[in-house]
Amino acid sequence: MTTTAIPTETDRVPATAPKRRPKREREGAAWVFLSPWVLGATVLTLLPMAVSLYLSFTDYDLFNPPQWVGLRNYVQMFTEDPRYWRSVVTTVTYVVIAVPLQLALALVVALALKGMKRGKAFYRSAFYAPSLLGASMSIALVWRAVFNDGGTVDNLLGTGGWVNKPGWSLLAVALLTVWQFGAPMVIFLAGLQQIPAELYEAAAVDGAGNWRQFVSVTVPMLSPVLFFNLVLQTIQAFQVFTPAFAVSAGKGGPADSTLVYTMYLYDRGFVASHMGYASAMAWVLLLVIGVVTAVLFRTSRSWVFYASEGDR
Amino acid sequence: MTSTAVSHKPVRWGRLAVHLGCLAALLVMLYPLAWLLATSLKPADEVIASLNLLPSHLEWSNYSTAMEGVNEVSIWRLLGNSLLIAGGAVLGNVISCSLAAYAFARLRFRLRGPLFAFMIATIMLPHHAVLIPQYIIFNQLGLVNTYWPLILPKFLATEAFFVFLIVQFMRGLPRELEEAARIDGCGPFRSFFQVVLPLTRPALITTAIFTFIWTWNDFFTQLIYLFDPDKFTLTLALRSFVDASSTSAFGPMFAMSVIALLPIVLFFLAFQRFLVEGMASSGLKG
Repeated sequence: MTTTAIPTETDRVPATAPKRRPKREREGAAWVFLSPWVLGATVLTLLPMAVSLYLSFTDYDLFNPPQWVGLRNYVQMFTEDPRYWRSVVTTVTYVVIAVPLQLALALVVALALKGMKRGKAFYRSAFYAPSLLGASMSIALVWRAVFNDGGTVDNLLGTGGWVNKPGWSLLAVALLTVWQFGAPMVIFLAGLQQIPAELYEAAAVDGAGNWRQFVSVTVPMLSPVLFFNLVLQTIQAFQVFTPAFAVSAGKGGPADSTLVYTMYLYDRGFVASHMGYASAMAWVLLLVIGVVTAVLFRTSRSWVFYASEGDR
Repeated sequence: MTSTAVSHKPVRWGRLAVHLGCLAALLVMLYPLAWLLATSLKPADEVIASLNLLPSHLEWSNYSTAMEGVNEVSIWRLLGNSLLIAGGAVLGNVISCSLAAYAFARLRFRLRGPLFAFMIATIMLPHHAVLIPQYIIFNQLGLVNTYWPLILPKFLATEAFFVFLIVQFMRGLPRELEEAARIDGCGPFRSFFQVVLPLTRPALITTAIFTFIWTWNDFFTQLIYLFDPDKFTLTLALRSFVDASSTSAFGPMFAMSVIALLPIVLFFLAFQRFLVEGMASSGLKG
């Protein structure tokens, strides 16, 4: 845990030990160590993925055998189901609000803590705590009460309870995510401390002020970590469930304003028993997350700077 | 920084401003926790429509009501169920993830590169893509409404994040000890158990703590797999309060929330160094 390095594209599987024992024996040992993982990866990951792809072309209610319906689930989803599109818009809105706010706050706090001599460890731990607590049902219930009619936010701002207003309820959910900025903040802070002090000294000698140093040294050196946080938080945000569930008392309301994608998937699959339809939804989610990740990786070539590039 | 006596003062003021800003942010951040603690001790009529954070008097009966549990299931039962699932998950993850990690970090086998890449890719895989077929499999096996679907996958290293975390840690260990052990005639198994595993302890502790907290907080999986109230965990029991909108249940509900959060808070206070360092290193070794 102590040795850390900025990720590089050359960080690959290292070559292994010199040969001593017979090759077949060592290979056999490796598969013994791997066997739980291999079993899990095939039976609990690959097989379910294939099965859910098949189910997405069927009508299946868990009790009767699946009926092949071709593309009907997908057609229905995209052309006949306004709640589906509503959940897509809600989820994208949530991602676009929560992720940039959370990362911006994480970066600002990390920069503030970076140069601190006393109290850094304390603040770092204290700001990190909500990342562990925030995923709990307890905190989600607090959120619902604080943002409800007569709750703290209503009393302070006089806006009424956010959880009962279609235009505001999603913001309450997003703020619960922003509250958990500690995890990316800790990663930013570790990344900032990896930046060699010589770079700042050299920049200062060249007459660069604080802002110039930030733009020319901090931002490029931190960009791999920023990219890592962006990908990770975006993927997680697309799958948000518990806060939306608790803040809306399990209903996704008011007026479906907090019915995020996974809640609608849960509703279709496990409440309405349309497992085929829910499988189709899961595959669309998988593909969308895959595409978004690929796009982030593609654009990253133009703004993420890997320090080791110069060595090659 | 070429600091002179003149430029010394603004720097100190700046530092003070940063501290004040951090303290102010901390107050806002900790408000929900203070609110939770205060509300768990408030009389029913003060919960809503009272701006006062502090209760007029401490209503300990909220806690005694909470201890009675929900749906006629005592809180000890709920607590025990939560502990059983979290404990099983910790054991499963520590064993299966360290085994797989050792193979990826130190052993040579065919398809290692592609399998490693596949393992990394499953970290990104949305849980929901495999959720329904997993549910169908466990349903066919008659294991729905038992704890198996919540614990068994952990023994099969399905949480690739931890495999990755331990691989990265093992790669940082010096090879000399293992090589010395091999010259002394240790096979890969003895080498793993007697040399590598003891050295990997910090990564295993990080894995154990994160697994415990994430399993303890988990809601979705428990929601779909557990039906009987006497199999409920604390999280699921709290959920039965979600629908009840009457404010009279607020005190006991938040008292129970405090009880549910307590293990996480204690874990955090005891292991914060492991948690913060573990999170920091996860992001830096991509």
